[in-house]
Amino acid sequence: MQQIINFVIKNKTFLLFLLLFSISLALTIQSHSYHRSKFINSANSLTGGVYGLFNSVDDYFDLEKENEILSEENRRLREQLFNLNTSSENSFIDSTYTNGKYKVTRAEVYKNSYSLSNNYLTINKGENDSIKEDFGVITSKGIVGIIDNTSGNYATILSILNGNSRINAKLKSTDHKGSLTWDGKSPHYTQLEDISTFAPIKIGDTIETGGESAIFPKGIGVGIVESFKTDIGGDTNTLQVKLFNDMTNIGTVYILENIDKDEIKALESTSNE
Amino acid sequence: MNNVVILNSVRFIVLLLAQVIICNNINFLGYINPYIYIIFIFLFPIKDDRLAFLLASFLLGMLVDMFSDSGGVHAAASVCLAYARPILLKTSFGMLYEHQTIKFGNTEIGSLITYITFGTLIHHFILFTLEIFNMANILLILQKTLFSSIFTIILSVLIIILFSRNKK
Repeated sequence: MQQIINFVIKNKTFLLFLLLFSISLALTIQSHSYHRSKFINSANSLTGGVYGLFNSVDDYFDLEKENEILSEENRRLREQLFNLNTSSENSFIDSTYTNGKYKVTRAEVYKNSYSLSNNYLTINKGENDSIKEDFGVITSKGIVGIIDNTSGNYATILSILNGNSRINAKLKSTDHKGSLTWDGKSPHYTQLEDISTFAPIKIGDTIETGGESAIFPKGIGVGIVESFKTDIGGDTNTLQVKLFNDMTNIGTVYILENIDKDEIKALESTSNE
Repeated sequence: MNNVVILNSVRFIVLLLAQVIICNNINFLGYINPYIYIIFIFLFPIKDDRLAFLLASFLLGMLVDMFSDSGGVHAAASVCLAYARPILLKTSFGMLYEHQTIKFGNTEIGSLITYITFGTLIHHFILFTLEIFNMANILLILQKTLFSSIFTIILSVLIIILFSRNKK
């Protein structure tokens, strides 16, 4: 016993180092699996408050750009209003309102990262605004990600620029579906995997959300096909998708709540049993 | 003694805020960010308790992680750097360290740069290895380590010279 205590006292620095290192290693490993980064995240009042304080300064520099985005969105919505019968190419925002199944909340982005291999955004809406895990997040141009962690007034978004993100998406022209992933290289491109080789793919085709999950409605824009190559197996293609959204410059986002989500989940779990 | 504690606490908070509000958003050429918060680890008083030093480094790394949603990568890298610091001090300052008489404000600039270069390289290599977490991307890890290190080293040396050299 005496020897054990002596050993601990003698090597206390090394033992503390080992302890702290393993804690951080465990947190790191946890953060590499989806929906596990529960303890250390920026959806809390300390980080949210600090980001909020400095975001109000930052906002002034982006006013001009935000205005441009807003007036562009206004123009598009007005165009749709005047041509209600003709389905314009960019009608994906419209579909969220007409279905009546989705509740839309506006939020401001406090923190956006895109240079890491697992990126998250922090926004200024949380549980108090009835934002919960697994809500979809979009901008006027296309998808951004999925709500990951929430606190009272803040929430983090698992960006589509995240190695853990897998979002159901499809070709606009046909119904061939695949999952949207990110290889960690460029913030302007994501990859659409598992598209069957039978699908007629052309460079420049539009990719939109597939609507298979209850998170995103069908038909929200993702990007256009930049290039594609056949996988080693030969059955599926992987598409390089150029995003509509400039993920490096996101100021305001819309959060989508599927009102029927609980019903869909309950139905799916009963049919699985 | 109290003075030292206050100085280090202020340095801790200022560097943390500067890191998460300014440096995390630089994204030079798309992905190059400096990580200047490690200046705190470089300048921590040498004679002080090593256990407190390890804990402070861990806390700093953890807070940076919390702000940038990166799991525990900064904490792990900071703890490693803090643990490896005595070896770094010995190789870069030699005799001065043996006699425990280093004052970062008036050491030779060459030794200071060696010390910061090796420390930054160790820290950034661990940081990016854990962040990317995929040995298949070893080239990407080395590339990020190299470019971010250059950025961090230049900024760190400049900041240390600016804020401590004039107090002779």
